[in-house]
Amino acid sequence: MRDRGLILTGLTIFLALLLAPVWQAALRGSARKPEPKIVTKAKQCVEPTAEMRRNHMQLLNTWRDTVVRRDQRTYLAADGKTVTMSLSGTCMSCHPNKKEFCDACHNYLAVNPYCWECHIEPKEKS
Amino acid sequence: MGEDRRRFLKLAGLTALCAAGKGSLARLAGAETTAAGGAAKQVRWAMVVDPRKCLEKEGCTACIDACNHAHNVPSFDNPKHEVKWIWKEPFADAFPDQDARYVDPALTAKPALVFCNHCDNPPCVRVCPTQATWKRGDGVVMMDWHRCIGCRYCMAACPYGSRSFNWEDPRPHIKDLNPDFPTRTKGVVEKCTFCDERLDKGQPPACVAACPEKAMIFGDLNDPDSEVRRLLRSRFALRRRASLGTQPEVFYLV
Amino acid sequence: MLEKALVGSRGYWRWLLVLGAVMVLGGIAYLRQFAFGLGVTGLSRDVTWGLYIAQFTFLVGVAASAVMVVLPYYLHDFKTFGKLTILGEFLAISAVTMCMLFIFVDMGQPTRVLNVMLYPTPHSLMFWDMVSLMGYLVLNTVISHVTLAAERNAVAPPRWIKPIIILSIPWAVSIHTVTAFLYSGLAARPFWMTAILAPRFLASAFSAGPALLILFCLVLRRITRFDAGREPIQRLAIIVTYAMLINVFFVLMELFTALYSNIPEDAEHFKFLYVGLAGNSTLVPWMWTSAALSVAALVLLVNPKTRHNETTLAAACVAVFVGLWIEKGLGLIIAGFEPSVLGKVTVYTPTLPEVLISLGIYAFGLALITLFFKIALSVRGQVAA
Repeated sequence: MRDRGLILTGLTIFLALLLAPVWQAALRGSARKPEPKIVTKAKQCVEPTAEMRRNHMQLLNTWRDTVVRRDQRTYLAADGKTVTMSLSGTCMSCHPNKKEFCDACHNYLAVNPYCWECHIEPKEKS
Repeated sequence: MGEDRRRFLKLAGLTALCAAGKGSLARLAGAETTAAGGAAKQVRWAMVVDPRKCLEKEGCTACIDACNHAHNVPSFDNPKHEVKWIWKEPFADAFPDQDARYVDPALTAKPALVFCNHCDNPPCVRVCPTQATWKRGDGVVMMDWHRCIGCRYCMAACPYGSRSFNWEDPRPHIKDLNPDFPTRTKGVVEKCTFCDERLDKGQPPACVAACPEKAMIFGDLNDPDSEVRRLLRSRFALRRRASLGTQPEVFYLV
Repeated sequence: MLEKALVGSRGYWRWLLVLGAVMVLGGIAYLRQFAFGLGVTGLSRDVTWGLYIAQFTFLVGVAASAVMVVLPYYLHDFKTFGKLTILGEFLAISAVTMCMLFIFVDMGQPTRVLNVMLYPTPHSLMFWDMVSLMGYLVLNTVISHVTLAAERNAVAPPRWIKPIIILSIPWAVSIHTVTAFLYSGLAARPFWMTAILAPRFLASAFSAGPALLILFCLVLRRITRFDAGREPIQRLAIIVTYAMLINVFFVLMELFTALYSNIPEDAEHFKFLYVGLAGNSTLVPWMWTSAALSVAALVLLVNPKTRHNETTLAAACVAVFVGLWIEKGLGLIIAGFEPSVLGKVTVYTPTLPEVLISLGIYAFGLALITLFFKIALSVRGQVAA
């Protein structure tokens, strides 16, 4: 352990860099929170909002596999409603504001879902 | 007697092993492929092409245009990067095993309309390492563009050249974007899917609907009264490279 | 043991630096391919596999060839190869790693490559190829590590390693057989759909691999204190000779069957290779070079005088390796697509990024071999002269 000093210094610098977002937020008081803007006709999404917020990615994955691989296009929601499983057809008809809705959080979290490499996003005015 | 018992035990052991192996293999392989909902419908989609009716108007590309627009098929200037779902191929290249030198040139001088044959025994499905392509219960050979890893093994295995690869991002090369159908991303394989999205709505494939001469007839092979079965009963039909045992389900009337 | 790779002469570091530079170039080219897509290569709708898959196929053979030193030593107690087995195993590890990298860079969607494991598909030969390559990599890593560690500690290797070594022998045959099955099971490609493809792959592997090993031994003798000795090299030379004879024999059998039967779809691929087809003769000079090199190699190898002379033997080994590289690393894959299933002949020439990526992977493999050999020779105290 001759190099203990060096190793510990290195580790400290590494951890400091790694945790930069955490201590920066702590210094500033609070982290900036994304606010997805919901402009919608319906009162509620296919499932409750909290559920959608947390699990929309799993739901979309299930939709994707059910439509493409199991040849079924209708989704039976928990409350008995049925909807057509379609990202650009169903989701985006209520949420046509991809930039303010999808991207607001995705950009904040630096996640880059590949949906829009193929699916066509609704035309936005801006 | 002892010898017989030993043989019996060996055989029984071997049988049990095979059964167990088959079970686990089936679980490995079939979990998703057999889940298709087509089993209840008992439909077997197929296409009959009548080349005598096709192209009666010279240079007609109605079916190709309809397909390209419906599915956002890009058009590349570089022929190496071409993406094709349905296209015209010289008769001799589409049917390399048909030596038709003395046949009425009215038939063989015309290019043939070619697209995915939706084989009953599809080699592309056999080789795909991720089940990104598979045969549905209704016979449609489907593609899952979310799962394809772009290894292009299916393209090597397809005897019809029906598959295309996205050598680059196709988006900028689509002239007239159809918002109701996704494009593809670079690095995946694509092909004709018999318009699965239209079949689910009870509509025939876009090419069939677009043909002004009704030269393409789509229907259910399992229904003996369907038009495709009626045509195949009354007229002789070719299938592309039928000797390979792929059981193509696209028929060309003679 | 890895620390042995971290100290070395100036020449050692210079060599690694050169390899590193080539790897960086390859890496940059790969970033370009990753961003744009496989369109940066010369591949096309008709010629869908090219340089990458061909290198993969060739290197599977190099990897499998380790069995040619392992089998005589462990199964026949042929002590002469004692010093060589570890080199063979290290060569196998590097070659399999390069194989995997070549498959990886050929993927259109590299980020999804683990789908092969996520959705295991036993009816696809590619699944089995992955299983056999991974298994072979693990086997050789374990074997070489355990035997070398035992050698360093001057004790006999543990008993449990013996069955693993024995297992690695049929496994080596399996990797190249399964790789041949990737191609020979395709009804669409008559050029590959031949029962002799797997035997042919093995024959070419068992000549190209040991030829490379001979060359390594000769180089190591000059730049290190490791001397494989005359006898092992001569024994390897005999293996190369027989395997090469069998390989040429197999190729001639293929040519006879295709050309004499004169079934167009069988014959056309060979015509494309040796005389050109539909005005396309890009591979013709290469294939005749390969044929000439094979003949020259056989003359030098069959003749005892030239085989015993290590200078001419080295020339013969270079000829074997280059000749087979052209045959398998260029001709075999590309000709399967020429003509295409629709009778078209499309020019395929690898592009600069494609070549750089391939060179980068070869540099990576060479660097791995260098590090491994360095470790093995350091353990034996035979590093630099």
